[in-house]
Amino acid sequence: MSNDHGVGEISLRRARWSAPETAFWLIAVASIFLFSDRYLILTEMAWLGLFALSLDLILGYAGIVSLGHAAFFGVGAYAAGLLAVHGIVKEPVLALLVAGLAATVLGFVTSFLVIRGSELSQLMVTLGIALLLRELANKFSNITGGFDGLQGIVIDPILGLFSFDIFGKVGFIYCLAVLFVLFLLARVIVNSPFGLSLRAIRNNPLRAAAIGIPVNRRLIAIYTLSAFYAGIAGALFTQTTALASLDVFSFERSADLLLVVVIGGAGYLYGGLIGAVVFRILQDVFSSWTPQFWQFWIGLVLVLIVLLGRERMHRGVLWLPRLVMRRFTDARRGSAASGKAAP
Amino acid sequence: MSIALETIGLDKQFGGLHVTRNLSLKVAAGARHALIGPNGAGKTTVINLLTGVLKADGGTILLEGADITNLPVHVRVLRGLSRTFQINQLYADLTPLETVGLAVSERLGNGGDWWRRLGSRANVNDEIAENLARFHLLDVMNEPTATLPYGKQRLLEIAVAIATKPRVLLLDEPAAGVPTSERQDILAAVAGLPRDVTVLLIEHDMDLVFSFADRISVLVNGALLVEGTPDEVAHDPQVKAVYLGEGLDA
Repeated sequence: MSNDHGVGEISLRRARWSAPETAFWLIAVASIFLFSDRYLILTEMAWLGLFALSLDLILGYAGIVSLGHAAFFGVGAYAAGLLAVHGIVKEPVLALLVAGLAATVLGFVTSFLVIRGSELSQLMVTLGIALLLRELANKFSNITGGFDGLQGIVIDPILGLFSFDIFGKVGFIYCLAVLFVLFLLARVIVNSPFGLSLRAIRNNPLRAAAIGIPVNRRLIAIYTLSAFYAGIAGALFTQTTALASLDVFSFERSADLLLVVVIGGAGYLYGGLIGAVVFRILQDVFSSWTPQFWQFWIGLVLVLIVLLGRERMHRGVLWLPRLVMRRFTDARRGSAASGKAAP
Repeated sequence: MSIALETIGLDKQFGGLHVTRNLSLKVAAGARHALIGPNGAGKTTVINLLTGVLKADGGTILLEGADITNLPVHVRVLRGLSRTFQINQLYADLTPLETVGLAVSERLGNGGDWWRRLGSRANVNDEIAENLARFHLLDVMNEPTATLPYGKQRLLEIAVAIATKPRVLLLDEPAAGVPTSERQDILAAVAGLPRDVTVLLIEHDMDLVFSFADRISVLVNGALLVEGTPDEVAHDPQVKAVYLGEGLDA
């Protein structure tokens, strides 16, 4: 072993799984059995969570802002729809990858426009690209079905084995599995030297270049990856709903996504997932309560979050779970200590 | 004697403001060279031109004989030209370990690794540890940089630059703002820089300049006024005039 004064050990420790993380995913899996009458909303949370994770990768880690992330979602959605309608790629998982790659190509090409310039110009360029794609989809209605959307999307069984059922159970498990796999990948990436260099760039791009980090290349890479994630989210949306219409590109979708990430918090990977759950619950509660004015309440919540500060709200919400966790770890530490003392 | 860093007729204007005028500077390999000048002389612009943050309007920059005038910032660093920053531009929420780890990873070509964690390469870890030990940062390596005493932050500033293994190091006012109690550590770190690293020191503090430099260039209004040994510069009437505030525009 080399004498590195614990440098390796300390670096690796940061990336270790924590108990709350494990709990989060156990709850996610448990929801398959706990909420068997709510598969549709759970499915929405899963693909929205993935979509938000995609935005978090560029916003929370690299500091790139976007008001047009629906561009990639939309390309993924239409790609999945077209692949199914024309029977080009019938198997859903393969189609998912192809749709994701279509969004990746768009992400790579547009990254050159987005990474240069201030946050304001990033907002405008991303917004513009999404609007442009929406109009293109509208214009080429012979391919996309225009305002009516793609007609006749039928999704084959996953891997030829699991057909989508009308309750949405298979769809939810499918989305959750895809989310988990891509989450794991994102987790590896943000804990790598590459991921660390993104945080450095977000903090101070000038400084990052001054220690040898190729800033533009890194930003292009993460933006392209983020587009892949968003494309997969869009494809999941189409595959689980059999829908692809112009609103996949809509400004509201991009704006809502920003809300989701703001609600959950950016830069720790779980923000998008938690934000997606909270956002969908709020949407559900408010719209059943006041069907016409639910957006008013969502807006109010957003203002409160920004004014109160997310930190303070999280502390309030997480008070009980943290208390339980602390009891749990104290008890474990106590028993470990007594076990050590015994012999 | 070989030349580590050279500028030939370097020129920069901001609109009508001529901030660097036909600057030709030679820094010998292994030298302890200081660039001094009154406020507004254009010292910071020279650093920005050398590191590539600003593009020169005219002239050439040579690093160990190779033309680097049009290279981007990070490539110059990998070629061996690094700098420290005057005011703290460190990563507040990163630890010294991570900050130095970034520089070491990039230099060893592992900065783009996305599939393995920082800390999983023994050669990177060893180099990080060696660097942190040299600058007395091992005890605070896992604390967020923002919480470190200012003196430690200044040491980290130098540590990061050295972690890129520079051939030429631009030190931008390394001791500025450091409390007297911690000043000695910084001066020791500067004095203890490896001899094979050429140092160009940009500094206001005349005590530091005259104790450290073996060669001094005086910059006034973006142009080179005098260059010589510390003794020559100290006794130069033009330099005295500038530092007494009499001006030299006439």
